[in-house]
Parts: sequence; structure tokens; C-alpha cells
Amino acid sequence: MKSLEELKRIKEETLKAMDLRQAKDRGKIVVAMGTCGIAAGAKDTLMAVIDELDKAGVHDVQVVQSGCMGLCDREPTIEVSMKDQPSVIYGDVDDANARRIVREHVQGGQVVAELVIKRGNL
Amino acid sequence: MIRNQLLICAGGACITSGEKSVKDVLVEELAKNGIQDEVQIIETGCMGACDLGPIVVVYPEGTFYQKVTPQNAGPIVSEHLVKGRVVSGLLYRQPTSETRAQTREEISFYTLQVKRVLRNCGVIDPLSIEEYIARDGYFGLGKALEIGPDAIIQTIQESGLRGRGGAGFPTGIKWKAARDASGSPKYVVCNGDEGDPGAFMDRSVLEGDPHSVIEAMVIAGFAIGAATGYVYVRAEYPLAIERLEVALTRAREYGFLGRNILGSGFDFDIEIRIGAGAFVCGEETALLRSIEGKRGMPSAKPPFPAQAGLWGKPTLINNVETYANVPPILINGAEWFRSVGTAKSPGTKVFALAGKVQNTGLVEVPMGTTLRELVFDIGGGIPGGKAFKGAQTGGPSGGIITADYLDMPIDFDSVKELGTIMGSGGLIILDEDNCMVDVAKFYLAFTVDESCGKCTPCREGTKQMYQIMERITDGKGTPNDIGKLKTLGRVIQQTSLCGLGQSAPNPVLSTIRFFPDEYRAHIEDRKCPAHACLHLLTYSVVSEKCVGCTACARQCPVQAITGQVKKAHVIDQATCIKCGSCYEVCRFDAILKE
Ligand SMILES: Cc1cc2nc3c(=O)[nH]c(=O)nc-3n(C[C@H](O)[C@H](O)[C@H](O)COP(=O)(O)O)c2cc1C
Ligand code: SF4
Repeated sequence: MKSLEELKRIKEETLKAMDLRQAKDRGKIVVAMGTCGIAAGAKDTLMAVIDELDKAGVHDVQVVQSGCMGLCDREPTIEVSMKDQPSVIYGDVDDANARRIVREHVQGGQVVAELVIKRGNL
Repeated sequence: MIRNQLLICAGGACITSGEKSVKDVLVEELAKNGIQDEVQIIETGCMGACDLGPIVVVYPEGTFYQKVTPQNAGPIVSEHLVKGRVVSGLLYRQPTSETRAQTREEISFYTLQVKRVLRNCGVIDPLSIEEYIARDGYFGLGKALEIGPDAIIQTIQESGLRGRGGAGFPTGIKWKAARDASGSPKYVVCNGDEGDPGAFMDRSVLEGDPHSVIEAMVIAGFAIGAATGYVYVRAEYPLAIERLEVALTRAREYGFLGRNILGSGFDFDIEIRIGAGAFVCGEETALLRSIEGKRGMPSAKPPFPAQAGLWGKPTLINNVETYANVPPILINGAEWFRSVGTAKSPGTKVFALAGKVQNTGLVEVPMGTTLRELVFDIGGGIPGGKAFKGAQTGGPSGGIITADYLDMPIDFDSVKELGTIMGSGGLIILDEDNCMVDVAKFYLAFTVDESCGKCTPCREGTKQMYQIMERITDGKGTPNDIGKLKTLGRVIQQTSLCGLGQSAPNPVLSTIRFFPDEYRAHIEDRKCPAHACLHLLTYSVVSEKCVGCTACARQCPVQAITGQVKKAHVIDQATCIKCGSCYEVCRFDAILKE
């Protein structure tokens, strides 16, 4: 290490790896991981959401799991709650849909209407 | 792709309570569920809430699981990580309601703290220099190299930082003295001896955030013009030594130690010196002798270490916690540092909360926090509905803060006025069952053992005081014993060579000052009001209440109790060993303890 520039670069890189531990305030995505959800592929959904956020360089949205949301026939389901906006629950969120929701809703601010099950809190 | 991180507290207390086995179970469960590549386990330094350990925190939610055992750890993986269901049985139950806290942010033990020294403890992986850097590590050094020695020392002086090793000496003045001293080479030393029984903040910093101390020592070396540093750690701290060694190696690899640090042309390196664990070796002059390979005995000051320290050369010696404060001061400035704490004692202080208090562990609070906030708000109060009697501060060199001073802001100067010292931050909470004479005797026994023997007042005087204390707690005290203790104490304070002797009488003098009635009860009435001194305790049968059930007679290990069935029993005082078995077993409240 020879300079402060290099130090800053290491800081930025490591912060990405520590990202899960930072407080995030722009929004939250909850992936339902009940038995039904997992059977329908919720784990792939979860990983797709995380991967897509990472690719897009979004670090201020938290991704957490929850138990069954009670919408078993539309699994996998996810709930997207962006700050100061009503939360939206999406159904049939497979890998491709998960990535689309991240791109259009989280990044673009446009709710993906055809996948919505419900708007507002359950 | 990592979706969750599990932080496991690998502080001393959590390791003792089974952290390694918990980790093994978690690793196994992750593999069993096939998610070992999606979940990362990180062992951190002490999270502070030692009585709640082992602790596992699940991110990104920050879910705080406490008292995790190998038996109940499985569901953290199979429920929380696989099914997204929080394992509510492992959450912390709020003391005042039936609700459970999800995260650290919901537990008052944590929310009332201000973490500066402990900023990284329990948050980062202490073995990872990158995580330290990510939390602004080594940026303080970068700043220091940029602004130069004079500006560094000026910043430290303006911050008002005072030594956390016990005496509260202004750090900036010490750095300036070491810089101005003529003689070379110069040395930088870190005092990690931590001899006060009950204190463990220095160990926790070394274990949980070793780079903070290394960074500060490099800054200090640059400021005073030294090329070599020593960290003196006691051999009883093997984990601290191990993590420090790893940290030193990594710092060298990254070029924070060695030649031409960050391209500045400045060379500096650090070595570890291991102490054998003598209390007196925490005293700075004794510590320096010990580093030189000589017997650790104090010498007269002046000359101070800043003038003539290691091998007679100018030496800067500071405590671990003092150093840990330095990097953030350089990054954020003196004003920031002064923004918490009191005018004369700015910043925070780490306390090791122990004794008769609900939540024990390490807590960091602004200077000027009251004892009431520490004991009741953060500590959760006294267990079993007992009454608070006092807090012992400063270990064997300190004294008692009584209930009358619960609302006094605590800082270096306010505790001194009460005849005690801040010391390293050990805070032992005492309740109505603690006998103050007995407590003082305990600490005196410690100094009698630890006196190095170089000077007579300390070597012989403390021994004489101890014998008087023993006489009093044995019920053989005489009315002029209190006067003798006071006179002896004063002489020892004034004529001992080093701080050990000078402060050894403090626990006795402090308890005489605040609890004179308790001493008198021992001497005049031959009673221990707290029922703690065995020799002054008698167990007897209240014959009106005794139904002659014989339970006590059967329980007594020395057959001191006799009596016929259904008739009142008696205890033979000469045979009784005061074990209290009869008191415990009697269901009719017929045993009197006094
Ligand atoms: C008997 C005795 C024991 C001491 N033990 C320690 C200790 O364990 N750790 C420590 O930092 N300072 C200890 N000190 C204080 C040191 O002598 C010295 O004042 C301190 O290391 C200076 O650092 P500071 O200015 O950063 O507080 C002890 C002093 C005495 C008299
Ligand atoms: S005061 Fe006690 S510990 Fe200090 S030098 Fe004298 S004998 Fe040794």
C-alpha cells in the first residue's frame, strides 16, 4: 500500500462484502420462505433478487426472508416496500420475474402491474 | 453469492460459554441444508452483553439471538435461514414487559451506549484488516502523515483526551513531552497489562479490534519521532496475543508497519512483549523494566518515562483504551471528540459492569453518565429485588461510590472527590448482602499479595492493615482499630514509592468513611450486619417455631444439631461450622441467622 487512494479503494471494495451488515433505508424486499414458497422455488428467487441488486449496484435496499405469507397458490411471493410508498406483494416470482421487479420497480420506480397480488400491507 | 451473514461473538466470555461448539453446530447445519455457500459465518470480538452469551446475530435483519447452545442452535439455520421464521425462543426477553427484542437496537443495554472505543468490537472480523479499513481504519494514520507531528499533537491536546489507564493524565501533554525530549532512539509503548481484577476492556479491544491500537501506535511513533513500539500484554490473554500477532502481520503486509509507511518515508514497527501477570507490572516504570528483561519493580519519578524510559531513552506509554481513542480523533477532529463527555473529561469510558446487577458485561458510555443510568438503565438494576448499596470502582486502588451519589455524573475528577478513582473502569455493583468491611479486606488481600516488596510502607504496612481487618472480621477488633487503620493508611499513602502502595489503603479508608457503622457493628457488637462475615454469624433455633421435624439435624454435616422428634432442637455453637444448611432446609422459619 503506497497511497491513500489505494486505501480508499480497499474500503469501497470491502464495504460491498460487509453490505449485509449496513443499515439500509431506501427500501426492503421480503421473500416468503414458507414450505410452499421453498417448494415453488423461493430460494432461487431470493438469490436472484440479491444478485440483481448487486449487479445494479443497489446497496441501500435490504433483502430479508420471512415465513409463509399465506398466499400459497401464487408462490414464490415477494413484498417490495420502498420508502414512502405503499408496499406491493408480487406472486409467481421466479428468477426472471425477480430480476424484472428489481429493474423496473426498485430501480425504475414502476410497479410491475401484471405480477401484483396486492398493494398495501397485508 | 452471500445472502446472510452470521456474526458470532467470539469474546472471552462467549468462548467460555461454548461459542466454538455453537459455531460447529451452525456450520454443520448449513451444510446439511445445502446453504453453506450462501451464508457466511464471521467470528467477532466481544459484543459486550457477556451474560447473554453465546450470541449469534443474523444479518441483514440484525436478529439478535442470545444464550445460544449447541442444542438449540440448529433452528437458527433450519428455521430462520431456510424458512425465514425468526426463532423467537432465542430472542432477548425485555425485562419490563413480556415482549422480545428482535435486534440489538431494541435492547436498552445497547441503546444507551455510545460506542467509540468499542466501535468495531462485535461488528467486524478482528482478523480482517480489510474490514477494519472499511470502517475507516488507517485513515487516521493517513491524515496524521499528511498534517505532521505538531498538528497531530495539537489535535490530541485540543481533544482533551485523558489517559484511560487509571490516572487520567492529559494524553496530549504526554505526547508533547515525549516529542520535545532529547535522546534517541525513542519508543512507543502500549500498556495492556490490565491488572485490575474485574476489568477486561483492554483485552476486549485487543481481541476485537487489534488494528485500532496498532494504528494509534504508528501515529504516536510518527508524532514523537520513534521507530519502535512495544505492546505489553499479560500471558493470561492468549487470544489477545494471537489476534494481535495476526493483525501485526497483516499491517506489515499492507505497509502500515515497516519501512516508508504509506510512502511518507517514516519507518515504524511493533513487537509484542508478554508479561507474567504481576499487578505491579502495570505500573509504567515497572512495566518498562519488565520489557527490558529485568525484574518488574517500580522506580522513583521523575525522571518520567517521557524523559528516561526504556533503556533510559524517551518513551511514550499509554493504555490500550487511550490508544483506541486516537484514530477517530484524527479523522473527526478534536471538536467531535469533545461533543460527548464532560468539560474536563471529554469522550467516553468503557466500564466492566459486574457483581450484583442484572446485565453484566462491557458498556461504553459518555463521561458524566450517572451511576444510576449505568446500574439501573443499562445494567437493569439489582437482581432479586435487593437494595443497591454501592459501586466499587478502581479495583484495589479505588473505593466505593454509595447510593447517595447515584445521580452524580461520573468522570475522573468527581470520583476522586469521593476518595476513589476511575481506575481502568472496573465497576463492581454491591447490594445489601455485601459486607463493606469484607469487601475492603478482599482488595487489601490482593495488594498484600501483589506488593513488589521494594519499599517498607507498602510491603509491611499493607500486611499490618490486613491483620487488623482480619481481626475485625473475626470479631476480635478493638475500639482503636479504626484509628489505627486510618493512621497506617495515611502513612502508606504518603510514603510508598509507587501507585500500588500509594493507593492500597483506598478501599479501607473509603469504606471507613462511608460505612463507619458497619465497622463499629463488627467491633463493638461483634456482628456483621450483612451476615457475610462467617465468624460473626450465629445460627440458632427459635424454639417457639421449631416443630421438631428433624430436617435440620439430618442436614447438618457436623451433627451440631440435637433434639427429639416433635420437640424443639438446639444447635451446639461450638460444633457449628456456619455452613447455613439448617437455614436453607428449615420449612418453619425456625432457624435464626444473625
Ligand atoms: C499498581 C499500578 C498498576 C497499574 N496497572 C495498569 C494497567 O494494568 N494498565 C494500564 O494501562 N495502566 C496501569 N497503570 C497506570 C500506568 O502506570 C500508567 O499510568 C498508564 O499506563 C499510562 O497510560 P495512560 O496515560 O494512557 O492512562 C497502573 C499503575 C499502578 C500504580
Ligand atoms: S509501593 Fe509497593 S509495589 Fe510500589 S514499589 Fe513500593 S513495595 Fe513495590
